[in-house]
Amino acid sequence: MKRELIHRFGVYGALLALLVLTTASAFLNLGAFNGPVNFGIAAAKASLVYWFFMELRTADGLVRLAALSVIFWLAVLLCADAADWLTR
Amino acid sequence: MVEVRADAGQGSAGQFHDAAQRRRADQVGMWLFLGTEAMLFSGLFAALLVYRIMYPAEAKDVSRHLQLWIAAANTAILLTGSFTVAAAGVLLRHGVRAWTALCLVVTGLLGVLFLALKAMEYVIDIRDGIVPGHAAAMGSKALFVNLYYAATGLHAIHLTIGVVWLMGLAVVVARRRRPLHAHVHIAGLYWHFVDVIWIFLYPTLYLMGRNGT
Repeated sequence: MKRELIHRFGVYGALLALLVLTTASAFLNLGAFNGPVNFGIAAAKASLVYWFFMELRTADGLVRLAALSVIFWLAVLLCADAADWLTR
Repeated sequence: MVEVRADAGQGSAGQFHDAAQRRRADQVGMWLFLGTEAMLFSGLFAALLVYRIMYPAEAKDVSRHLQLWIAAANTAILLTGSFTVAAAGVLLRHGVRAWTALCLVVTGLLGVLFLALKAMEYVIDIRDGIVPGHAAAMGSKALFVNLYYAATGLHAIHLTIGVVWLMGLAVVVARRRRPLHAHVHIAGLYWHFVDVIWIFLYPTLYLMGRNGT
């Protein structure tokens, strides 16, 4: 049990580190990369929550498929929207 | 005829072949629900994305006037809540019910703290003139302001439901002896998902235009 709790605490520490990183990066002039860096870090944080806290790491195939299909359909919606507006 | 094992159902109708099948059905059902929640929020995210492409200067201008440090503190609070609810799942699996209930209560209180800070933030926003629906005064910035209130308001409603759910579950865990692993796991999935929504709202709303460009 202790090992499992330490493991969850480690994931929590990584999430806080990513929060500090994304907030700090917003103050740097990265040109066109500020947005991608911020959303890349958000995706990394969400992945940690998905994989470890929501226990997809130990879930079986069907549950993983249901969870990943949420991301897939969101990606379709947002990519199609962006592709439309960026190419007008 | 399919033979039904002794551990099937666990207190409900025996439509499941065994406990593992029931656990899988619980989780897939919850994930499907979370999929509909994602679709609910996706409209707002899509609108914010299109706004950002169409009006980048206005989006940055409103964003830099929002309360970044309150939002950053609130992000840390939600991440802490995700840790405590994940810890609750681990503790219950090992039969430590009192500590499980305590972790759930702490998570609920962190949710209350988030909502209090969010309310304080709204007061500061309104004082600063960031008021929803003032299209005449703000021009094309009004849409971003409206989307900010719609997205954070909808998120706050979800968080309120999460707080009530976890607090109620804490009482049930502390009082009853029956197995509640599935209940805690499902409530945890909801809480984590509301956290993930915020993880994406944070850069979408608050992190633009902070570097002076």
